[in-house]
Order: sequence, then C-alpha cells, then structure tokens
Amino acid sequence: MKKEGKEQLWKDYQKEIADDRYFYVRSCVRQNFFPGSETAFLKILQEELGKDVYEHPCHTTCTGIGYHADVVPFDTAMTVVARQFAIMTESGYHNLVPSCITSFGLYTEILETWKHFPEVEARVREYLYKATKRDFRVPENLAHASDVIYKFRSEIAAKGKFRLVHHETGRPLKVVEHIGCHYAKMFPDKGVGGAEYPYVLTGMIEEWGGEVVDYPERRHCCGFGFRQYLVQANRGYSMSCSHKKFESMEPYAPDLILTNCPGCPMFLDRWQYAISEMEGKTYGGDGQGIPVFTYEELAGLVLGYNPWDLGLQMHQVACEPVLDKMGIPYDAAAKYLDKHGHSLGQPLQPQKLKV
Amino acid sequence: MPDFGFKLQKDRQIDFDANDRSATRAIIETEPTFRLCIACGTCTACCSAGNFTDFSLRRMITGLKRGNYEGVRAMADQCMLCGKCQMLCPRGVSTRKLVLAIRKHIR
Amino acid sequence: MIGGGIAGMESSAHLAAMDYEVTLLEKDSRLGGKLLKWERLFPTMRLGSEVLAFLNQGVEKHVAVHCNTEITEIHRKAAAFHIHTATGRTYEADAVLVTTGYDLFDARKKEEYGYGIYENVITSAELEAMFAEGKPLHTADGRIPKRMGFIHCVGSRDEKVGNVYCSKVCCVTAVKQAIEVKEKHPETDIYCFYMDLRMYGMHFEAMYKQAQEKYGINFIRGRLSEACENIDHSVLLKAEDTLSGRPLKMSVDLLVLMVGFIPSEGTKAVGKMLGLEFGVNRFFKTCDQHTLTNVSNVPGVFFAGACTAPKTITNSITDARAAAATIATYLEGKAISARTIENQK
Ligand SMILES: Cc1cc2nc3c(=O)[nH]c(=O)nc-3n(C[C@H](O)[C@H](O)[C@H](O)COP(=O)(O)OP(=O)(O)OC[C@H]3O[C@@H](n4cnc5c(N)ncnc54)[C@H](O)[C@@H]3O)c2cc1C
Ligand code: SF4
Ligand code: SF4
Ligand code: SF4
Ligand code: SF4
Repeated sequence: MKKEGKEQLWKDYQKEIADDRYFYVRSCVRQNFFPGSETAFLKILQEELGKDVYEHPCHTTCTGIGYHADVVPFDTAMTVVARQFAIMTESGYHNLVPSCITSFGLYTEILETWKHFPEVEARVREYLYKATKRDFRVPENLAHASDVIYKFRSEIAAKGKFRLVHHETGRPLKVVEHIGCHYAKMFPDKGVGGAEYPYVLTGMIEEWGGEVVDYPERRHCCGFGFRQYLVQANRGYSMSCSHKKFESMEPYAPDLILTNCPGCPMFLDRWQYAISEMEGKTYGGDGQGIPVFTYEELAGLVLGYNPWDLGLQMHQVACEPVLDKMGIPYDAAAKYLDKHGHSLGQPLQPQKLKV
Repeated sequence: MPDFGFKLQKDRQIDFDANDRSATRAIIETEPTFRLCIACGTCTACCSAGNFTDFSLRRMITGLKRGNYEGVRAMADQCMLCGKCQMLCPRGVSTRKLVLAIRKHIR
Repeated sequence: MIGGGIAGMESSAHLAAMDYEVTLLEKDSRLGGKLLKWERLFPTMRLGSEVLAFLNQGVEKHVAVHCNTEITEIHRKAAAFHIHTATGRTYEADAVLVTTGYDLFDARKKEEYGYGIYENVITSAELEAMFAEGKPLHTADGRIPKRMGFIHCVGSRDEKVGNVYCSKVCCVTAVKQAIEVKEKHPETDIYCFYMDLRMYGMHFEAMYKQAQEKYGINFIRGRLSEACENIDHSVLLKAEDTLSGRPLKMSVDLLVLMVGFIPSEGTKAVGKMLGLEFGVNRFFKTCDQHTLTNVSNVPGVFFAGACTAPKTITNSITDARAAAATIATYLEGKAISARTIENQK
C-alpha cells in the first residue's frame, strides 16, 4: 500500500465544515444502540471546545430508515426534512449537523435534488406550509457529526489524556475503520476523503496516535441494510456480511474497530457474539472479540472520560482490552451501576466469547 | 390417459411473441436510464446484497428487458439502496431510482 | 507540422516528397511519439522500432526537424501562420498540420482500482516499458507473477470519468500483451476482464483465437467492480462473471489496467492557440466525419492521427497520408479542396 497515493486523493476531497454554531439533529436509533455517544458529542463540543451547539426539543427522526425500507415515500421524507430546516431557521442557525450517516445521506440527497429540480423544492415548501405554516432556508453548511469531530481532531488530541498507543510498549494501536455506505457512496465529494479511501475516521485515528489497517474487504457493507435486518429470516445475510469482514481483517490482528454509522457499530459488535456461538470463532485473540467504538466514544476515551459514562458497558464485545492497552484506568466494579450507583443488573455470559 | 412415463415439457425459450412487456415500458417511463444498461455486471459485483443472496441488478434488468417478471419483485426488495452501484455504473444508470421504479410498477 | 509522432512524421515525409518545404516541430527530444514506447506491435508482433525506422526514411534529410520545441503562440498574419516558440524563434507557414496525438488516461482517477495506491497495479504502458527493458516481468517485490489480470476499458466507455467513447486499441493490446507474457512466462495464468471484445481489425480476431488456442489465456465477461490489496500485496478483484450470472473474486499477483486515450495536453494547448473546435469527446472536431476528416474549422489548418480520435498505428499512417494529399491540394488551390458536403456532421 502506497500512502502517497492515498494522500493525493485526500487532497482532492476536502469539504467545507462550519466551525461553530451548529444545529444538531439526533439519530433515531443511535440513542438506543449507543446511549453515551451523542451525549459525549455535545459534551466535547460544548464543554471542551466551547462551541455553540443547539438541539431543539421539537426536532424529529429524519425518516431515512423508513425511506430506505420503502415504507416512507420520498415526498414525505422531504417534507419532514423541510420541517427540520424550518426549526433550524426559526432558531437562528445555518449549519446543520446530523448524527447519523443515513440521515446525512438523505439530507444530502434532498439538497442535491432541490438544486437540480427547484420545482421539487417549491412543492415541498408548499406541503410544509400547508401542514405546519412553517417556512425555511436551506442549511448553508451540512456536515455529519463525524466531520465535526474530524475537524477538531487535533484540538481533541491536544486536550487528550490518552493516545491510541500501547501505553507500555509505545506501539500504535491497529485500527480498522468502517465508514458506512451512506456517508459518501451516493455523493463522494460530500465526504472527507471521498468514497473509496475515506479520510474522516482515518484522520482521527492518525491524529490520536493509531495506525489504520486497510484490509481487502474494507469497502464491504457491515450488513445492516434495514430491510435485511428487519426480517428475522434475513438476518443471516446481515451476519454473513459482517463475517466476511471479520475473516478478511483477522490476519491483520486489529486492536479495535472504529465506525461512523448507526448500524455498523451495532452489528459489527453484536454479530461477533452470534458468530462465536454458531461457529465457535472469535476474532480478538484469547477468545475475545475485537472491540468496536463509535467516533464519539473513542474521542471520549482519548479525552479521558469515564468509560462507563460513555456507555461502553452496553457493548457486547468487552472494551477492556483496549482500555488496558491505552492505559485507561476504570473501576470494574462500577461497570453495571447507573449514575446513582444502583445496579443495572448483570448481563448473561456468552458461551464462547470471553467478555 | 395411459401412463407414458413422460410428458410434454414446458418450453423454456424466451418468447418475444407471447410475453407481455408492459411493466417494463412503465419502468422505462419512470426511470429512462433503465435503457442504458450494457450488462457489464459492475453493479452485481459491488453489491453487498448480491454476495450472499441470488440478487443481481444486472440480471434483473436483463430479465425485465425480456419481459421476465418472475421473482423480480422479491429481488427488487432485497436492494438496500446503498448507492454503491450507482457510484460505479459506467453508463450512469440511476440504479437507486430504478429499483424504486421497479418496486412501483411490479407488485 | 506540430507533433512529431507517427502521423506527423508520415505526413511530413509525403509533403516533402512532393517538394514542399516542411518544418516539423516536436516538443520532446526525439521523433516517434508513442512508437518510442511500444516494444512490439499488434497484430504482427513486429518491433515498433522497425516502423520508426521506416517512417524516418522519409523524414531524415528531407524535413527540417526541430525537437525540444515548445510552441507558445500562433498568429495569423495575412495568409501566413506565425508560430512562436519558447526560445524566441518564429516559424512561418502557409498551412499547419496538427498531429499532437493523445495522452494516456490517468488511472488514478479510477480510484476503486487502486492505481498509485496498491503496489501491484500497473498500466499497459508500464507493462510495455517492462517489455522494452527486456527484464523479466516482475511484481513489486520482484517475483514472477503466478497469476495476472488484464482489465479492459480503464478510462474508456465510462461516464464516471467523463469518457464515453471506446479507445479502440486496448482490447487487442491486452491480447497482444497477454500473449507476450505467456511467451516469456508460460506458467503464468492470465485472465482478461472485458465488457465486449472489440476485435475489429483484419487479423485481430485471429490473435484472440490464438490467445485461447495456443496460449490458454482466459477471458471473463465482466467489468472490474473494485480491486483491494491482500495482506501479501496481491490484488483482490471483484467482478461479476456475467456469463455465469454470479459475482466472482480472484487474487492476482499483478494487475494490468488497459488505459484508454484522452486528448493530449499539446492537443488542448495548440487547439486554443489556433481557435480550433473540439468535439463532444474533447478531441479535435473534423469538419465532417465521413468526408472532410483532415479538415479543421480554421482555413489552412489540418489534422492527422490520434488528435482527432483513438486510432491504431495503421490508421494513423493512412490518415497522415490522406492529410498530406489534402494539404497539397489546398496549397495548390485545386478545386477539390473547396468541396463541401451538405449537413456537415
Ligand atoms: C498501450 C498502447 C499500445 C499500443 N500498441 C499499438 C500497436 O501495437 N499497434 C498499433 O497499431 N497501435 C498501437 N497503439 C496506438 C498508437 O500508439 C497510436 O495509433 C499512435 O501513437 C498515434 O500516433 P500519433 O502520431 O497520432 O500520436 P502520438 O504517438 O501521441 O504522437 C504525438 C506527438 O506529438 C507531440 N506533441 C504533442 N503536443 C505537442 C505540441 N504542443 N508541440 C509539439 N509537439 C507536440 C508528442 O510529443 C508526440 O511526439 C497503442 C496504444 C497504446 C495506448
Ligand atoms: S449501517 Fe452498515 S449497512 Fe447501513 S449504511 Fe452503514 S454500513 Fe451500510
Ligand atoms: S453497472 Fe450499470 S451498466 Fe453495468 S450492469 Fe449494472 S446497471 Fe448495467
Ligand atoms: S443500491 Fe442496491 S443494487 Fe446497488 S449495490 Fe446497493 S444494495 Fe446492491
Ligand atoms: S478497445 Fe476494448 S478495452 Fe479499449 S475501450 Fe474499447 S472495448 Fe474497452
């Protein structure tokens, strides 16, 4: 692999990311999958970096999953998105930051559609006005939440207490990144680094001291694919996609996986358990799995946040091997306690996967 | 009828004289880039859905051009609209919109 | 004459033989254009240098050749063209023939094929260079490849890179290069990935048949979807085997990208200086595709060779001779040079 070749491409795919005054829209699923991530994002931007991030109580899901699963028509999705824009406009913000790549893909697709077909935008304005009496301006800047973390990656590193290196040996941790299909595949120039060799997560990993592992099935989908997952009988397909990726990354012995999309960390994490039960196979060495993180979780770890405040106890694959390598102290006894110190209950133990 | 132990077999030829291609025409009307496909297979090869299931956009398009609607709807449902094939298609077929058009016209 | 490749040389030779005073301006240090790079030629496998020597016979001693010449400006003063160069020289001409040829598609633009990023992805031109050096064929770490892939249509027939046209010579070049590899390394397995095999030339189909029959070269009908690098630095290919209707993967030790033609930088620059029209594919637009194939939109300026479209050497040479005849009738003021055609296309 020639790094210079990638660096050249990265230069070609730079995108503009606003540097303050963000209107934040949450993901419908991430709060359930990874409850600490969005909170960590707000904390990092507001408390660490002193940025103005506004979250309006009346914003809703973007309906992207419904649109992709073919239960929400495009016109409906556009009108819901127009309402988000209206709330943003009313709140006096211009820079929209969605926290889910599928939303981000949908917002981008809608803005591109309107650019090429102004009559569609006019139609949606009318729908929104009829339904809510609201009007809106389109965002001046649209950046995915990971773009924002990427933008401030060196500030985060400067404030950081830990690095992605083995604290005893100084070896950079080997990190697999997974970007998620909807981030840049539909509009490569809307993603940092483009669609083939995306840089958004790579930039964070390198800045925080880690080493990125490029493996043959890097571009393969994690297998979430809404429709596949929603039908139980089809989940085997979803798992096979993840399995293909694990088999392909295994020879490189990665220390962790870093993800961008709501579905990817969920499935790359949970399927390691299901595969271990079905096939008896684990990928992290020593019977353990490969820990999977969201970019906010990883940023939080670099900044020295308490792993249990970041919600890492919700992961299926134990995160402790990474904490140990990075030299992050943690209270094992507090793993399953809530913020008042009450027990959350203990999860069941898998048969094969060591957690 | 005596049992001959064999029977007349169904013809497997694609029968351009008998098949009904009206749904294909409707799809073309909704998504005209349907016509541009040159059956190169790039979409099928990059498609995550096609790696583990019998799904192939290329085969679906070819089938539709021949008026073969059997199993098409079930196939179209497997697409996740991830957009990867659209990024790679050398003929600029608007694959995501095409899949939505197929879902619209074939029930 | 601007551009001393195959077309420029052959046109010059013919016009000089007709006693015109011919000046040939070439930006490189030597005449020959791409012929300097291709060791053996399809469909005969003869050496490129033999063709070059042939072309030279008509040029040497008959044509004023100026290599290392960078043209900076061209003006028209009355009936004459004044051609200025970077070294401050000016050449005067009654007619100009543009033979500025083509450049190779920059394979890095097909990002998903990993050229410039994966170690064992090379272009057809780089493979030619390996042949020309006469060293054994080798992977990045110096091994003889056990398996090789040839990818057709890289940068051609592809809307995503903005080139919708077929480059015409790369199918047969792939067959030619595959045969050469097999001759040197019979134990290397070869797979060509194509969408259509365009074997339109008189002996091309026979080469294709020979590739199958004598050399056991394999052909798979499916366009490369993406390439990845394996841990051992071999290249993992993903395509659909469209004839079996199934996705396919294959690791190869060396991957050759059959890069297509794009209009050369020199073509673009000279076209701008002379106010020449470009066609939809950005090559020069000839006045008519059937009849006025060497004639430009500017009176007194003519075209030959690959600056108007992808061409083989045979085509380029024929085209160059045709251009010489067209220019001669123009300079003599012959009536046929004033012919027009209805509905120019
Ligand atoms: C990999 C590959 C292999 C091939 N193998 C074969 C083969 O085996 N057989 C075959 O028939 N064909 C082959 N071809 C095709 C062949 O290369 C072309 O037909 C031929 O080169 C066209 O000749 P040309 O003179 O028009 O252009 P070129 O060969 O491109 O020559 C153009 C010349 O103009 C000069 N020039 C450009 N701009 C300026 C400027 N502004 N000022 C001054 N000089 C300028 C250039 O330096 C160059 O010398 C192959 C092509 C490729 C890509
Ligand atoms: S969750 Fe997985 S399937 Fe969905 S977009 Fe992300 S990468 Fe693709
Ligand atoms: S990639 Fe495009 S041209 Fe190729 S088979 Fe698919 S739809 Fe057809
Ligand atoms: S958009 Fe559909 S057909 Fe295309 S690659 Fe994605 S899942 Fe496959
Ligand atoms: S000649 Fe063959 S390889 Fe070259 S562009 Fe045409 S079809 Fe593709």
